[in-house]
Amino acid sequence: MTSIGTGYDLSASTYSPEGRIFQVEYANKAVENSGTAIGLKVKDGVVLAVEKLVHSKLLVPAANRRIQTIDRHIGLATAGLLADGRHLANRARDEAANYRETYKSPPPLKAITDRLGLYVQAYTLYSSVRPFGISTILGAVDKDGPALYVVEPSGVFYGYHGAAVGKGRQLAKTELEKLRLSEITTRQAVKEAARIIYLVHEDSKEKEFELEMSWIGDETGGFHLQVPKDLQEEAEAAAKAAVELFE
Amino acid sequence: MLDMHSVPQQQPQGRQFNPYTENGGTILAIAGADFSVIAGDTRQSEGYSIQTRYAPKVFRLTDKAVLAVNGFAADGNMFVKKVRQRLEWYRHAHAKDMPIRAIARLIQTMLYARRFFPYYVYNILGGIEEDGTGAVYSFDPVGSYERETCRAAGAAQSLVQPFLDNQIYFKNQTPAAGTSFPSHLPLSTVLSLVIDSFTSATERHIEVGDGLEMYVVLARESTALQGVEGIGGVQEITMTEEGHRVFVIRRELKKD
Amino acid sequence: MDHFPTNWGRPRNDYQDAYGTYPIHQRPRNPSTDAFSDAVKRTQQPIVTGTSVLGIKYKDGIMLAADNLASYGSLARFKDIQRLHAAGESTVIAASGDMSDFQYIQQLLEELMIEEFTEQDGHALGPAEIHEYLSQVLYARRSKINPLWNSLIVGGFKDGKKFLSYVDLLGTTYSASTIATGYGAYIAQPLLRKAVEGYEDVLTEEQALKIMEDNLRVLFYRDARSLNKFQIATITADGVRISEARQLDTSWSFAEGIRGYGAQTQ
Repeated sequence: MTSIGTGYDLSASTYSPEGRIFQVEYANKAVENSGTAIGLKVKDGVVLAVEKLVHSKLLVPAANRRIQTIDRHIGLATAGLLADGRHLANRARDEAANYRETYKSPPPLKAITDRLGLYVQAYTLYSSVRPFGISTILGAVDKDGPALYVVEPSGVFYGYHGAAVGKGRQLAKTELEKLRLSEITTRQAVKEAARIIYLVHEDSKEKEFELEMSWIGDETGGFHLQVPKDLQEEAEAAAKAAVELFE
Repeated sequence: MLDMHSVPQQQPQGRQFNPYTENGGTILAIAGADFSVIAGDTRQSEGYSIQTRYAPKVFRLTDKAVLAVNGFAADGNMFVKKVRQRLEWYRHAHAKDMPIRAIARLIQTMLYARRFFPYYVYNILGGIEEDGTGAVYSFDPVGSYERETCRAAGAAQSLVQPFLDNQIYFKNQTPAAGTSFPSHLPLSTVLSLVIDSFTSATERHIEVGDGLEMYVVLARESTALQGVEGIGGVQEITMTEEGHRVFVIRRELKKD
Repeated sequence: MDHFPTNWGRPRNDYQDAYGTYPIHQRPRNPSTDAFSDAVKRTQQPIVTGTSVLGIKYKDGIMLAADNLASYGSLARFKDIQRLHAAGESTVIAASGDMSDFQYIQQLLEELMIEEFTEQDGHALGPAEIHEYLSQVLYARRSKINPLWNSLIVGGFKDGKKFLSYVDLLGTTYSASTIATGYGAYIAQPLLRKAVEGYEDVLTEEQALKIMEDNLRVLFYRDARSLNKFQIATITADGVRISEARQLDTSWSFAEGIRGYGAQTQ
């Protein structure tokens, strides 16, 4: 034990004497190494955007998506371990289906986020499992309007107007704070989201990246859909121009 | 005041869900020396109602085997689906089509597995044996089977089978002195017999009619096609280069 | 995450508790599930029922019709029930038979459609896929002697192709250019065939609607479990449309002259 540290970080079921659970903190490190993901809750909807780092030119474009659909009106973006994100998305789909089965109505995002929080938290309790190496941004337009939440590896979740997780979250948050989120439209938010992702991407250090964007709002009829190609291209062109100006 | 005693007491009625029905139609198959003909009408009915005038009962399984299924249509379709799945698995495991002899045995096993909740279907399997001869296998719903030269099944079995016995096996006929009956008939004769069987069954049986589908499986080297140029609407549906050849002939039957 | 081995479940035929995980009083009984093994009867009968539904092909696609009645035996219990259900962008299901089973089917389809939507793979379930799915569900349930007591018509239009098929509580399926369930199979089907067969690519929407209304009227006159309030669904290249409930104009003046049966004998 002496040669391998204090031993308090070997299990999620062991506290350190200071009352910390190191395994959960390590899970947060996994998130910090990932490409940035952001979410914007605006006047008439929600926009999700992800900086998907492409670690090989051999990869097929648009494969391994990090934004996934949970229900007709719910989208989910993750930063961290890709496979954990897919697992949690599947769980979220089950929870959404279960909510519909029980109540015969589309689930409010808070209900789904609450259940996911419980699920993620359970993985911080046992020595036989490891916590989720992801932070999850959930976006939806439900009966109360647009909603945006982030679930962290500890299982804790908060609601946001604008959210950012992953490598570039600090800069992204600063940029999000400058926006009047509750006044702009989803269409405008798509452009802002693209700009922010391009801005936080450090192309000196990082490899190529792919911008993934989805939206939910009046423009999509309340469905969570990929941003249409023409708008995506327009937003990316504007983002590139803005970033060059910035530098 | 009503006399309560005179009101007939309603007896509790015992009613049980019946998982079966009968969807009519007739199938038949005849084996030649190096070919096999498998046919069925296309009417699907329940009671006195015609549900549709076109619901196939004959299915190409491989380039050497064709299966005709008659009885309860839902069971029939499910059974064909499962047989095809097993044949696909066989292809994945062995990189070739299952021989017809093995398909016959497979069908018996699958039917008998449901001995206590049977598929309510009569199966007739036709095709080309590994030795190149035409084959017909017939089954009962629980898997009892045998290889034969010809077999009719379904609604009009009782009308068609005696006709076939007489015309194929020459039952109740005596050959002219010094001659003998042929053991196998040419394709043109067989096709004529099939067509006559179905037009007659259509006349006399209300559940038979609308359309006729005849599948012909021909050993690759066979010359049986010569002599049937007169028959129209022949369509080849062979899928592989190495297998035998499969044709389908579609004809109208009376719709009343 | 469940960390209690007793809740993990056992291999299906693990009669002995080899690992001693269960307190004796709560060992699983490993119930076998063939149709004869238990005494519980699942046989049922329909309770709240819808009568016939109709479906035809016409020039632009498929037209389905159903009245708005759900009966409780001979009682006209619910008179504003919708028996046409849109499943996705290119399919409508019309249902006769048990209405609670139909609601369950609607729920199944809703779940299935969402499952498919979340894939985001550019594929959408069309009428052929939905019909196949329903036939597998209904056949599986009849095979458990626990049927979903319905006769369904699946109508759709996708990739320029019309689709009209039937499936019922036994898993029986078929396609045709006119389909009618229940009493409609006896009363409406002959009239539909006469009006539609051979004209599938000619009939206009107005003509198709007229055919449907005429048949619903005949059914209303003869089928005591029917209603003169109905809805029409069309599935065309423009997508699915289900009409508001409409009234059927009927005339009973002919009954004045009828003598010789019922209460009126003179």
